[in-house]
Amino acid sequence: MKTKKNNERISAALFMLPSFIGMIIFSLLPILISIFISLTDWNGLEKLSPATISKDFIGLRNYTDILSGTEFWNVLAHTLYFIVLYIPLVFIASLIIAEILFQARKGVGVLRVIYYIPVLTSWVAASLIWKWVLSPQYGAVNQILAAVGINGPNWLTDEIWAMPAIVLASVWKDMGFYGLFLLSGLNGIDNTYYEAARVDGANKAKIFFSITMPLLSPSLFFCLIMSLINAFQLFPQVMIMTEGGPNGATQVMVERIYTYGFKYFKMGYASAYSWLLFVIIFALTLLQLKGQKVWVHYES
Amino acid sequence: MKRDVMRKTLAMGLTIAVTMGLAACGSSTSSTAGTADSISATEKPAAAATSQADTAATSAAAAAASTVSAAPVTISYCNFNASGGNEETLNKMYEAFHKENPDITVNIETIGYDDYFTQMQTRVAGGTAPDCYELNIENFAAYSSKGVLAPITGVDTGNFNQTALQAFQVDGTQYGLPGDFSNVVLIYNKDLFDKAGVDYPTSDWTWDDALAAAKKIRALGDDYWGIYAPTTYNEFFKEAAQYGGSLLNEDKTEFTINSDNNLKAAEMMIGKVTDSHVQPSDTDLAGMGDSDLFESGRLGMDITGIWMFSTFKDACDFNWDCAVEPGGTQKATHFFSNALVINASADADKQAAAAKWINWLASSDESAKMRIAASWNLPAISNTDVLADYLKQTPPDNRQAVFDSLNYLVTPPIIEDYSQMSDIINEKLSEAASGKITPKDALDQAQQECQEKITLK
Repeated sequence: MKTKKNNERISAALFMLPSFIGMIIFSLLPILISIFISLTDWNGLEKLSPATISKDFIGLRNYTDILSGTEFWNVLAHTLYFIVLYIPLVFIASLIIAEILFQARKGVGVLRVIYYIPVLTSWVAASLIWKWVLSPQYGAVNQILAAVGINGPNWLTDEIWAMPAIVLASVWKDMGFYGLFLLSGLNGIDNTYYEAARVDGANKAKIFFSITMPLLSPSLFFCLIMSLINAFQLFPQVMIMTEGGPNGATQVMVERIYTYGFKYFKMGYASAYSWLLFVIIFALTLLQLKGQKVWVHYES
Repeated sequence: MKRDVMRKTLAMGLTIAVTMGLAACGSSTSSTAGTADSISATEKPAAAATSQADTAATSAAAAAASTVSAAPVTISYCNFNASGGNEETLNKMYEAFHKENPDITVNIETIGYDDYFTQMQTRVAGGTAPDCYELNIENFAAYSSKGVLAPITGVDTGNFNQTALQAFQVDGTQYGLPGDFSNVVLIYNKDLFDKAGVDYPTSDWTWDDALAAAKKIRALGDDYWGIYAPTTYNEFFKEAAQYGGSLLNEDKTEFTINSDNNLKAAEMMIGKVTDSHVQPSDTDLAGMGDSDLFESGRLGMDITGIWMFSTFKDACDFNWDCAVEPGGTQKATHFFSNALVINASADADKQAAAAKWINWLASSDESAKMRIAASWNLPAISNTDVLADYLKQTPPDNRQAVFDSLNYLVTPPIIEDYSQMSDIINEKLSEAASGKITPKDALDQAQQECQEKITLK
């Protein structure tokens, strides 16, 4: 009996080995090396070796430069602007999707596919389509707005509207993903709670806020952590739709990291930026894990 | 039971496939490289096959000639320029080169522009860079200051346009050869000029003439615009030169972005958008490109690249032509080129062979003729005879303006942090063009930001 279990363990390990090796070589190792790079002014062209790292060593100067400049704080403000718009919108949209899928009697399969297609679409394709949809003169969005008498903004070339435009595209793309998570959360709620509530004469709103929401909170919590991490790592849509413009209004962390590393050849600076991003995400996730006690209810 | 086994095998196969896929993804972006070979693996078989056939032919030729002195050498060459339709032309060029130089075999690798620079950066840092390769101006600026390029020596560069050649000199050392060129001219709508009763532009025009004509065309109606020239860094360093200004002092030790002459240029550049409004702003354009506006027949003059010729030829149903672009106190014209460079860590014999190959590719009459016959691009050479076929194509009738413009060419101010400088200036100019700040503020702020963020030598 025991040997069988051991055998299973060994074969499981063997199955995981290929992805494990890949992860160590292509993720873990570069991540560790980037700590050292962040302490240098390595330009990304010289051959990288312990010798280059000690030759280019500049201590914590990259970090102090980033934190003492105004750019980093602007970039952080842009990210917060994104989060403030994106998180409520994506949660409302995915809750609605989850409810529709949960309530639907017919064609659930088709609906699931429809809502999930944007998730599977590559960000490059999606961004290009949104760029087109948001084009001020010919784009669908402004045409629809014009039909109801609203003069639509120059979405992607307007400093104020560029970030909302990116939020719009992101919500569209992500709502199916979170919607499906929330749907499985809804499916996990025991029907007896609803029956009991109905017997007690609770109305729909009461049922939603007193039963659905609390029991859905573990799923909501997961989605919140995921969406916050993703919000901080916002990148492909920005790169394709605005390239950080207009006038830097959509510059965000990962966009800056890419620009410094691969456009300005300041790999050390870019690595330091990455580690600051890590610290921010790590701290926020810790905070959320601590904060969950207040509002997340686990059944049983 | 049997089905179960099948399923397990399938699952395992999938896992492996997915992992390999992930690994491949990781390798192309990982900065520790060493994977260049796998990247180029798809291109290699073809190249290897041709080179083998070539070597066979070479040894036969060598045996017959018996005057061969140098040992045969094989070099690698990477480029983006031939991608998207000119791979064949490049191969033909190589065949012609190889006939003249049977000792030199070149393995050509063509990579799409979008992936090119990330790949090159990885390969250079990983020590697996090709022996010679192509770089755009921004990357040339960075690479040449990092000691990864070898000086180009031992070849006769007399065939090049000498000013163009200087574009890739850093502190007097030739680190690159201009592989091709394109430039910018004034393209104008003849019909609109007739309608407004203005004389056609000539090569003597200054901005005063151009703006006066622009005003008259603008007066034709709300939908008509006089002129368009970008309000960007690229346009600015050229227009600064037209007013006798520059972004850096002579020995490139200090920024001079907010100098008086530069301010004159910036005021002219921005003023035609914000004050006289003969040029549409971004808001007026509402996502339209200046070329769309020109093609719609509502733009009098478009200061744009000669790469637009073929598009306008198909898209415009009115008469149009081109002229050397207007100047300020003096003429200055753009010159865009990609550099062909040599890897500093390649062996000496490979460097010598590489110099021969890129020099031939960029400046020999023979390759120039093939370039033009294939309508690929223009070689940066001084012998305009070989360019005759290019001049014969119309419209525009005045294609000669393309070459006349070369007399006034200015090259971009190469510094190590070129990309960063151009981004900073771009941002400030676009703020000024949207009317948020004055041209003077834009230059002052750009000057300050460049001084803060960029260390000059």
